[in-house]
Amino acid sequence: MPSERRRIWISRIMLALCGLAAGLSAAILVVLLLYVLVKGIAYVNLEFLTALPRPLGEPGGGMANAFVGSAVMVGLATLWATLLAVGAGIYLAEYGGERTVAVVRLVADVLSGLPSIVIGVFAYTLLVKPLGTFSAVAGAFALGLIMLPIVARTTEESLRLVPHELREAALALGIPRWRATLSVLLPTARAGILTGVMLAVARIAGETAPLLFTALGNRFWPNGLLSPTAALTLNIYQYAISPYDQWHQQAWAAAFFLLLFVLVLNIVARLVAARAMPR
Amino acid sequence: MQQVETPESPQAAVVMRHGPSAPKTLQARHVSAWYGRFQAIRNVSLDIAPGKVTALIGPSGCGKSTFLRCLNRMHEVVRGARVEGSVLLDGEDIYAPGVDVVRVRRLIGMVFQKPNPFPTLSVYDNVVVGLRLAGERRRARLDEVVERCLRRAALWDEVKDKLRSSGASLSGGQQQRLCIARALAVEPAVLLMDEPCSALDPIATYRIEELIRELARDYTIAIVTHNMQQASRVSDYTAFFLMGDDRTGELIEFGPTTELFTHPRDQRTEDYITGRFG
Repeated sequence: MPSERRRIWISRIMLALCGLAAGLSAAILVVLLLYVLVKGIAYVNLEFLTALPRPLGEPGGGMANAFVGSAVMVGLATLWATLLAVGAGIYLAEYGGERTVAVVRLVADVLSGLPSIVIGVFAYTLLVKPLGTFSAVAGAFALGLIMLPIVARTTEESLRLVPHELREAALALGIPRWRATLSVLLPTARAGILTGVMLAVARIAGETAPLLFTALGNRFWPNGLLSPTAALTLNIYQYAISPYDQWHQQAWAAAFFLLLFVLVLNIVARLVAARAMPR
Repeated sequence: MQQVETPESPQAAVVMRHGPSAPKTLQARHVSAWYGRFQAIRNVSLDIAPGKVTALIGPSGCGKSTFLRCLNRMHEVVRGARVEGSVLLDGEDIYAPGVDVVRVRRLIGMVFQKPNPFPTLSVYDNVVVGLRLAGERRRARLDEVVERCLRRAALWDEVKDKLRSSGASLSGGQQQRLCIARALAVEPAVLLMDEPCSALDPIATYRIEELIRELARDYTIAIVTHNMQQASRVSDYTAFFLMGDDRTGELIEFGPTTELFTHPRDQRTEDYITGRFG
């Protein structure tokens, strides 16, 4: 076969193999989602999202308290961790001296590598024991600790991506440094920061270990923020290791909703990042 | 012109007078600048005349941009950078202790080589960003400033129907004129331009050169350029910089443009302008 035709065929085969690899990778995600959906289909309905758990043996019921509990704890965690982390990111990118930045970065990297169960135990010692109760606050604290280094680093990197000329342009206009950082640099980097926050939220939404010793779980609505709170991941764990089929099915359904949430969040994060690209 | 002595006592807070927009004189006296240990320029003294354009020319790396940035205290933004000497704006030293550097930069504006409008702001917002962040909120005043500065920058007709579109959606030449309008909005007395046309095509360059000549009537302008023909077209005075063997830049010659280009006093100046070295 003349070498040109051979080359074309090799190119086609390689392209096909690459396409196959990409397709397989995507297929795994689809298969996972479908499998989880099928296993839990009995409970993937509106009632699941809105009703409280029914006693064992009774049909129906749901995990409304877990959905709300997860939402509240993830929300609170995002609130406190984002505020602190964005501040840290700004410091790292704009104000820190070389040595300080290196140290803070090291600390952040170590923190992000800590096993989440260790973080849970830490939160237990700090917030559960002194307050005398398991709580959503403690859960939010633990989740926030996981979020903190992630958001701090992505904020720092997003700010560093802002071209230096923009900083100089702002300063040359006679804008004070702090004002330039807040009103010019942060908005320019907001797409990257937002993406980082969303991906961190997706990450902590799926954490179970930190909640084991902090939120504990609850079969009913919590009594305010300072009492044991149900969470989606906790329920999946507890229901999955139980001996009851009915609970297994509910665990699958909860897993499906969780996966859906993470998927949607990732897509939205990508859209936000794409929209920010210069037109 | 009234000469004011620099305050003797270092504790005296120097108040920069911001009078009506009569162009002011900018005088550099024995200015030297370092990046960390490396000395970029040595002992430069020259006057930037009001109502005129002064060009700074010289080969790459000779310190002309560094010197320009010393004139509005932008050099010290770089970590480890240092300046010695004084720069007098109508007689008051901008490097005196206690001087508000933010104020200095409002009075001495700068336009950069690569047009850098803020990409997340519209054309309108770009022009007034300096005013807004200083606290100006009145819509009527902002509208007036936008139109006035865009007209001054010869950009109004082209953008008046798209004031809300992103600053980054304009062409290169338009973006640079937007940056000029933005700098004018904070009412500076002096305009420093660091190779403002080097990133633009010839037509855009020509328009900006025209603009510079017009603006010179009301402002004090200093422009760094590596293009000698531009310097001879646009400027009234020219300063020639060159770096020595130790890579530290020095001012070699300074004088009226026509004289410097036709009868340079220093041999090195003559070598440069006749193209014996780049």
